[in-house]
Amino acid sequence: MDKNYTARRRRDLIIAAVLAALAALAPLFVKNVYIQNILVLTLMYAALSQSWNILSGYCGQISLGHALYFGIGAYTTELLFTKFGVLPWFGMLAGGAIAALIAMGLGYPFFRLRGHYFVIATIVIAEIGLLLFQNWEWAGAAMGITIPVRGDSWLKFQFMRSKLPYFYFALALCCLAWFVTWWLEDSKWGFWWRAVKDNPDAAESLGVVVFNSKMGAAAVSAFLVAVGGAFYAQFLAYIDPESVMGFQFSLLMALPAVLGGIGTLWGPVLGAAILIPMTELTRSYIGGSGRGVDLIVYGGLIVAISLALPQGLVSLFSRSKAKGATR
Amino acid sequence: MTALLETRGVWQRFGGLVANSDVSISVGRGEIVGLIGPNGAGKSTLFNLIAGVLPPTQGSIWFDGEDVTKLPAAERCQRGVGRTFQVVKSFETMTVIDNVIVGALVRNTVMREARRKAHEVLEFTGLAARADVLASDLVPAEKRRLEVARALATEPKLLLLDEVLTGLTPTEAQTGVALVRKVRDTGITVLMVEHVMEIVMPLVDRAIVLDLGKVLVEGTPADVVRDPKVIKAYLGDRHAVGA
Repeated sequence: MDKNYTARRRRDLIIAAVLAALAALAPLFVKNVYIQNILVLTLMYAALSQSWNILSGYCGQISLGHALYFGIGAYTTELLFTKFGVLPWFGMLAGGAIAALIAMGLGYPFFRLRGHYFVIATIVIAEIGLLLFQNWEWAGAAMGITIPVRGDSWLKFQFMRSKLPYFYFALALCCLAWFVTWWLEDSKWGFWWRAVKDNPDAAESLGVVVFNSKMGAAAVSAFLVAVGGAFYAQFLAYIDPESVMGFQFSLLMALPAVLGGIGTLWGPVLGAAILIPMTELTRSYIGGSGRGVDLIVYGGLIVAISLALPQGLVSLFSRSKAKGATR
Repeated sequence: MTALLETRGVWQRFGGLVANSDVSISVGRGEIVGLIGPNGAGKSTLFNLIAGVLPPTQGSIWFDGEDVTKLPAAERCQRGVGRTFQVVKSFETMTVIDNVIVGALVRNTVMREARRKAHEVLEFTGLAARADVLASDLVPAEKRRLEVARALATEPKLLLLDEVLTGLTPTEAQTGVALVRKVRDTGITVLMVEHVMEIVMPLVDRAIVLDLGKVLVEGTPADVVRDPKVIKAYLGDRHAVGA
């Protein structure tokens, strides 16, 4: 049994490495900038959803306010860069750290809430964050921040001529988020989180400090999402509150995981690979009419999948029922 | 040597309801003690107080020579109090082995050791064949067994069993009884809440009868079942006269 388990984990790792290698070769064949753009977004949302999945999937604390951490990553990086000349690489880490601290600060009161009340709190807090940034003059308020263009540079992490560096960074971030999940899944924390999700009272009786487990999940999750936000800010070269902290980001982090399989290792990647291209394509091909047909198609698909496969798309791949819910 | 567990003058009030009033009991090392009493006697409340689910309104709880009254459940588990739940609380989306690993992680920080410990416990409790099955797919008797396995994986000094034998078929109950004996033989002290007198009485060394939140009688099973006060509590005045 243990051999099976180890073999399965190794198999996951190999599949991931192969997929990452294939993805890395994709730009050789995809020259169309529009498609490249979609690939970058797909990888970014896969990474974000994977990070969201740590807190909401594994630990079961459904957050619809992760846009806050995304925005904090973006703003920290750009404020440090434009006001103090700090390189985005450091800004990215600073943003991650600040987001993790804020997540724990918010967790302190809100992790006492259960179920729907917690979800509502996350939405409200993210909206408050959005309002604060819209009115914060020093941070550009509703006007936002334009990132000064100083030519292509890895040091400043900005590229005007080609999207490829962004593509590779997004791929690296996606791999990192996946690997962190893979690694945590077979750790004390991974087990604690799943126990907390399934039954907090039983977890507590088995020596799991439920509150600390949630805090740990929140910190890791927020850190990674903020790094994603920092990336997105550099990618856009311009940020304003709505474009990095809007509610749609919270949704677009949650949906791929839900679609692919919440609380599973592969769910977020699978979900993002389907959902993000579909979002972009429906928007550009049938969204122009202004009648919201793209949103109807999009919403319809989500409803169909959640009715037919409530465990997410990964459940199609699991060979036995036993693996279905945990993998 | 001091008792492993002691409650000293424990009170628990829920609003106007007094669930436990001035309960002082002690459980010695290596004993199997039965906590019995009619419905609403305050057994489950006392159990939760000992496990640390909530602090008592008044009084103190001593475990292994230390005052643990203010410690939360997780910390009591780390000190050696293991428990099961009357209404089973399996981690439904996890496999049987994963359920037990959660418990094993209390004393094994390395995953490989926790996994080994979990397998050992499954072997001991007779669930080894079901290791890779989802907890939600177990039959009720197996779920009860999983509760015990999970608690045993925390390597407790005291195991609190909350009605693990209730609602089982006679055969299942007998295997349950055998398991409890086996647990005690490994040196673990057992305090069990039980409804079914004919199963629990031959099993325990000592029985504590609660009624209306108070300790009614305490003694050997044989003495307790003959005590008029116990018969009255269970069956009413009419029968007590006959005894």
